Amino acid sequence: MSVKIHNLTKTYGNQLVLDNISFEVGKSEILGFLGPNGAGKTTTMKIITGSLLPDKGEVSVSGYDVFSDIQEVKKRVGYLAEHNPLYDEMYVKEFLLFIAGVYGVDKKVAKVKEMIELTGLSQEQNKKIIQLSKGYKQRVGLAQVLLNDPEVLILDEPTTGLDPNQLKEIRALIKETGKDKTVIFSTHIMQEVQALCDRVIILNNGKIVADDSIDKLDGYISSNTKSVLVQFDEIVETGLLKMLKSVDSVTLLDSKLIKLEGNDDYLMRKEIFNFAKANDYTILSMYKEDIDVENIFSKLTH
Amino acid sequence: MLSIFKKEISVFFGSLIGYIVIGVFLVFTGLVMWVFTDTSILEYSYATMDSLFYLAPTMFLFLIPAITMKSFAEESNRGTLELLFTKPITDNDIVLGKFFANIALVVFAILPTLVYFYSIYQLGAPKGNIDSGAVFGSYIGLVFLAAVFVAIGLFSSSLTNNQVVAFVIAIFLSFFVHWGFDYISKIPVFFGVWDDFIQRFGIDYHYRSMSRGLFDSRDVIYFISLIVVFLLLTNFVLKQKKY
Repeated sequence: MSVKIHNLTKTYGNQLVLDNISFEVGKSEILGFLGPNGAGKTTTMKIITGSLLPDKGEVSVSGYDVFSDIQEVKKRVGYLAEHNPLYDEMYVKEFLLFIAGVYGVDKKVAKVKEMIELTGLSQEQNKKIIQLSKGYKQRVGLAQVLLNDPEVLILDEPTTGLDPNQLKEIRALIKETGKDKTVIFSTHIMQEVQALCDRVIILNNGKIVADDSIDKLDGYISSNTKSVLVQFDEIVETGLLKMLKSVDSVTLLDSKLIKLEGNDDYLMRKEIFNFAKANDYTILSMYKEDIDVENIFSKLTH
Repeated sequence: MLSIFKKEISVFFGSLIGYIVIGVFLVFTGLVMWVFTDTSILEYSYATMDSLFYLAPTMFLFLIPAITMKSFAEESNRGTLELLFTKPITDNDIVLGKFFANIALVVFAILPTLVYFYSIYQLGAPKGNIDSGAVFGSYIGLVFLAAVFVAIGLFSSSLTNNQVVAFVIAIFLSFFVHWGFDYISKIPVFFGVWDDFIQRFGIDYHYRSMSRGLFDSRDVIYFISLIVVFLLLTNFVLKQKKY
């Protein structure tokens, strides 16, 4: 296991921020960290990176304890903080060379060049960081994190404030680098979790309320309802659809777009098709609605 | 530590700070030593550099806090301190890297004043009629003094996120450690009994002793102890930021 957290507790003054949480993340796993603001995501991340000390609990990275071997841990962890702090007055290349020096990277210049290419900063490398747009600053942040080839990448809301193109690029970059690394990242964007993560941990008030792979997440909320969305070419009497055995409820979303809910989506789809065939309706599209992470999130954290 | 040192130096000279500090220091000491009639060596007609060494502590009192104030206050404010905390370097590396970089900047400012020494040496009648021992003692004293002020400045900067607050605290602490004990010793209660003892706590006493060209290990130990105390305090404050 790359990252192990056991009974971690942290308080700020009287406020309990992390309440006895435990989890493990394995190698080449991408873990999404979800939770409302103030749930303790950033605190957990900071503790793994050694910039914050916990009250009690055990935290280890690749077998090194954050209390006794913090320097070894820091060598193996790359952390991109939420606000991506950078030295604005430095040039991109100069800054990356400085960080490479801090890491004690061999062949600094070559490594920096490689990172600049990997993160698509070639055009901007001779600019001052303050002149860069948010998306490029984020790339500089990622480049500096990747400089020493960390085993564990911790990214705190890496895609906040980016435009859709940048979002796509940064996501692709995370996915690419995450192939042989452990990645823990936090976000508020649910589609991102679905696109990137193998596994999700949802934190609320300092406690873990869910820890599973995405497709098993709906097990955490009591209902077992599946929904199927159907678009007919004609206006269909909803009462007829309600009579189908597997359908529990029918909602008209649009005049011809209908949402059907029931326990077994496979059976539902089959029956709907047969229903359309028998009554000579045309189905333009029919699909099973994906797991609604947003819904699960709001149910678990309220 | 070396990478922090190099980064600090490049920031000093990448922005205007380095040039302004050096420029102001040289212009002002130059004016006082050579131009202003009240203090000019040419008017005074004795071959000494006392006016420089008398003036320097007062200039350092303002200039050094001005260069150290951003060290930790700014880094802490914009989050780059956290960036450094997550890198495989110790707090000591950060503190010492910054400490030596700031001293290097001050030494850069002092070095050109050796030209003054050379000029006075050449102008002396007969040539070379200057107490070189005292001058070099004073230079060493000046570097130690600067090092103490830098350590105080770093400590002040670590206490707050606000550079102005850091600046003010640094000036007050530096003033107190340099001249404060001297003034306290003159309070009637102490005067005549404890005054010598109290004066020894202040920098002024040791700086003046070094300026006479007397290289006393007690003065050196005094300066080094003060530096170590303030650097350790800085280190302690940094550690508190992680809770």
